[in-house]
Amino acid sequence: MNAIRIIPCLDVDEGRVVKGVKFTGIRDAGDPVELAERYNEGGADEITFLDIGATYKSREIMRGIVEAVSRRVFVPLTVGGGIRTVEDMQAILRSGADKVSLCSAALNDPALLTEGARRFGNQCIVLSIDAKRHGDTWHAYKSGGRTDSGRDAVAWAIEAVERGAGEILLNSIDADGTQAGYDLELLRRVSAAVPVPVIASGGAGKLEHFTAAVREGKADALLLASLLHDGVMTIRQIKEYLRNEEVMVRC
Amino acid sequence: MIGIVDYGAGNLRSVLKAFEFIGLPAQVLAAPAEMKGASRIVVPGVGAFGAAVEKLDASGFRAPLTDWVAAGRPLLGICLGMQLFLDSSEETPGPRGLGIIPGGNRKFTAGKVPQIGWNRVASSGDPLFAGLSAAPWFYFVHSYYAAPDDPAMVVATADYGITFPAALRSGSAVGVQFHPEKSGEAGLALLKNWGCS
Repeated sequence: MNAIRIIPCLDVDEGRVVKGVKFTGIRDAGDPVELAERYNEGGADEITFLDIGATYKSREIMRGIVEAVSRRVFVPLTVGGGIRTVEDMQAILRSGADKVSLCSAALNDPALLTEGARRFGNQCIVLSIDAKRHGDTWHAYKSGGRTDSGRDAVAWAIEAVERGAGEILLNSIDADGTQAGYDLELLRRVSAAVPVPVIASGGAGKLEHFTAAVREGKADALLLASLLHDGVMTIRQIKEYLRNEEVMVRC
Repeated sequence: MIGIVDYGAGNLRSVLKAFEFIGLPAQVLAAPAEMKGASRIVVPGVGAFGAAVEKLDASGFRAPLTDWVAAGRPLLGICLGMQLFLDSSEETPGPRGLGIIPGGNRKFTAGKVPQIGWNRVASSGDPLFAGLSAAPWFYFVHSYYAAPDDPAMVVATADYGITFPAALRSGSAVGVQFHPEKSGEAGLALLKNWGCS
């Protein structure tokens, strides 16, 4: 049995963590390398960097960050944002990323998943889905949640896994930022539809939401940003809570 | 010096970085001739069994590696690198592994495959796990698991639908199915145990 993974996500723009992180005693709240180390010491099971700048310069800086983090942090590192070609994937994997996360680029060109998996293995390819509810279904959105791709999110997850995605990062646009809990029905549908791990994102505000994501939503991992960055809770608190709820976590 | 075999299949840079972090001199070996300067050898590996066997042969590492073990020198296989120690794999029927450990590799038939994530490892007291907690967590990414003919070579196990070998030892060769270079403190401690033994 695998532990439920807790994955902090750092949004980075041209080398700086945006929104900042409210840790006590931190020297530079915007330094992604220092923050990754802190989260690693705090019990992160994996760390995700999202390059929201997504310009050429920002991508180049991100490679330097990953190179530096991978010399000091020895848990899996995932990088997303601005990765549009197989060459982009190769460059960031060479820098020390273990996985790449694709969202808009995969919707625009699904063959990118196939080719990426063939070249680097399914375990390297995370498909990120920004899903928004449309009646009884969900659509996959692109461009940071601004554009409806028109694709059914569950069908897209299934196709992506057939093409070679090794994990699905599922973000609910509706729940994101509400702190009212995950979109459990969306999670459940996607988890039931694909044979690969599903990482839940968007909507958590209280500890009970995590147990619901795991028990009802069948999530394999939880991606967290502002709850951790704002110091509302720590990874250790979440893990202790989950352990008491008899959800398996890595201590 | 620890030599990390670069036969064209594997995330060897993370392994290199892990050894550097714990202060053990390590170097990537691009050709078998470079094994001369090494006291210990690591075979990393990510990808498919058949392709890795082809690359091992094409790069000329096969005979030097089997000779290395036959001479009783320390060899560590990681993930697919360990699976290559066996004779064969269900992943790619036909190509022969290094045959350092008699047996094959089988595919998981239950649960989500590949196994991607952290799992607990129970060891039988092998020195590789010395000083680690009773059931340490390690990071796994794999669809196939080793099935050695001799169960005595299994020195650690984990559960994923079935109980499968997490570590093997035969003479001077040891293999781990998980990625110690991605398993935080426990992984670094294990690499230190091996590198300093």
